[in-house]
Amino acid sequence: MNILTMTRQAATARSRAPLRRDGGRSHPRRAARRAKAAPYLFLAPFLCVFAAFIVAPLGYALYLSLLRTELIGGQVFVGIANYTQAIRDSAFYAGLGRVALFFVIQVPAMLVLAIVFALILDSGTLRLRRLFRLGFFVPYAVPSVVGALIWGYLYGRQFGPIDQLTSALGLHQPDLLSSGIMLPSLANVVTWEYTGYNMIIIFAALQAVPAELRDAAAVDGAGPVRFALRVKVPLVRPAIVLTTIFSIIGSLQLFTEPQIMFSIAPSVIGNNYTPNLYAYNLSFTNQQYEYSAAISFLLGAVIFAGSYLFMWRVNRRARSAS
Amino acid sequence: MSALTASGSQQPEAALRRRRPATRRGAGPGPARAGAHVLMIACLLYFLVPLAWLFLSATKTNSQLFSSFGLWFGHGFHLGSNITALFRYQGGIFWRWLVNTFIYSAVSAVAGSLLSAAGGYAFARYRFRGRSLLFGVVLGTIMVPSTVLVIPTYLLFSKAGLTDTPFAVILPTLVNPFGLYLMRVYAEQSVPAELLDSARMDGAGEFRIFRRIAFRLMTPGFVTVLLFAFVATWNNYFLPLVMLSTPSYYPVTVGLANMNAQASAGGGAQLLVTVVIAGALIAIVPLIVAFLFLQRYWRGGLAVGSLR
Repeated sequence: MNILTMTRQAATARSRAPLRRDGGRSHPRRAARRAKAAPYLFLAPFLCVFAAFIVAPLGYALYLSLLRTELIGGQVFVGIANYTQAIRDSAFYAGLGRVALFFVIQVPAMLVLAIVFALILDSGTLRLRRLFRLGFFVPYAVPSVVGALIWGYLYGRQFGPIDQLTSALGLHQPDLLSSGIMLPSLANVVTWEYTGYNMIIIFAALQAVPAELRDAAAVDGAGPVRFALRVKVPLVRPAIVLTTIFSIIGSLQLFTEPQIMFSIAPSVIGNNYTPNLYAYNLSFTNQQYEYSAAISFLLGAVIFAGSYLFMWRVNRRARSAS
Repeated sequence: MSALTASGSQQPEAALRRRRPATRRGAGPGPARAGAHVLMIACLLYFLVPLAWLFLSATKTNSQLFSSFGLWFGHGFHLGSNITALFRYQGGIFWRWLVNTFIYSAVSAVAGSLLSAAGGYAFARYRFRGRSLLFGVVLGTIMVPSTVLVIPTYLLFSKAGLTDTPFAVILPTLVNPFGLYLMRVYAEQSVPAELLDSARMDGAGEFRIFRRIAFRLMTPGFVTVLLFAFVATWNNYFLPLVMLSTPSYYPVTVGLANMNAQASAGGGAQLLVTVVIAGALIAIVPLIVAFLFLQRYWRGGLAVGSLR
């Protein structure tokens, strides 16, 4: 946009302003009321479902987490007893520890891969870019139930091709569904599902890097790799922050993949492999809804704290950089 | 930038400049180019081989599945008979699951995205009391874990007699805070305020302005939100798993997970693994086709969300 169009727009805006006041004079109060009520009316449907299906369940869960069902007397108010029980519950900690480890290893690996793929796609080095973009993204279209199911079969020893290949080479495939390797195996499933999705978000942001910057970097003599790391990556930081936040939320809530693996490795997964699985089993196997609500709230608190800590660090670094 | 690099390291910079004419526009030198291709092709195989395995396995009989190499065809092509067996399973319940999934996804995506569009437009183009507070609250709930919501929603629904009905899986998915956020950003970019002012001057009502002008300008963003909401419901597992107990209400994800558990538990006695595999293949085809045809909407669509 140049200065000419800007001034032209300003001029038209100015010439319109008095007209509008004139036009509104016929029903000044009605028009004012209408304009005031409009945003609330547009928002009302969303806010209704928001209140019904987010605020109300949250409030109810909070209330429930302060109760306990006794054998005699039914539900009684127990204050924060469920929470004090939860923070001493080793089954909860085991699950939390697993998803924390998962988060520390899987999320950075996946995001680095996504950034590298996006940079290579954006660099123009590659032939058949559309094929790669689509091929990498396709696993996102696969429901995580199906993704976990496929990988479960691939890992298995009955007819899994990994075992077939290793035994053909005279090697012995480690049991990918054993307790020691289950977490990396799950990390692989999640990486397979979501790397392409994250790549697309970052790639789309990279496409918005202005061409003049490229030319400026070329004049400066920065090579493509240096240009990518020094100029492009900082410019698409908001996209990277977005994918990181979504990954924090997703990885700490891990549920579907271990739940599907339960049917082929029940002893490894158990009932508390992740906090979400634990909360689910507490509710629907043990009927301990109140304790389950407390566990869910603690997990929510961890996710909130993690996301805000990350945002705070990002913002602080952004401020000190500028 | 140029001053910084010039004062920094003169030697490597000169080397870089010398190498530059040999490279293509925006591309790395020859070896880097080849390396990038090798890496990307290897990763492409990683992403596509599991799907190829799924397809190949769906073309085998159950005994061939165990006796033949997983990444190649078995003897003969049995995809048709596997799919026939799938659609015969329990009197054709798989059809039912596909139709259910489609209905749940379509209703939830269309209705939920319309709510997000109207709400996002209100946040983008009106100034009103409580605007930033409300927006902050809505955005903050993106981080609420699904269990925190799903289990109490289940308990509330069971009091209202709504569990184990299609409403139980549709209603909670109507709220899409991230969709609202995307629609707000999109409306701010695509709907000029002056256009709305001139429409008001012409005497158009606020709702008419939204429907006839703003919504049309927001349509590309709307389709993106719609597509991702559709996919989210199609792939949803936790909510229907909790809410539904009658198999004829299941979506494909819950039905397949049940079939898979049965096939694994029975050692393939009551239910053949090939039937489960055929089901998994059928379940992913619609979304892959949708993404193929709607490339325009997912390729750049989510970029809007990362602009700030």
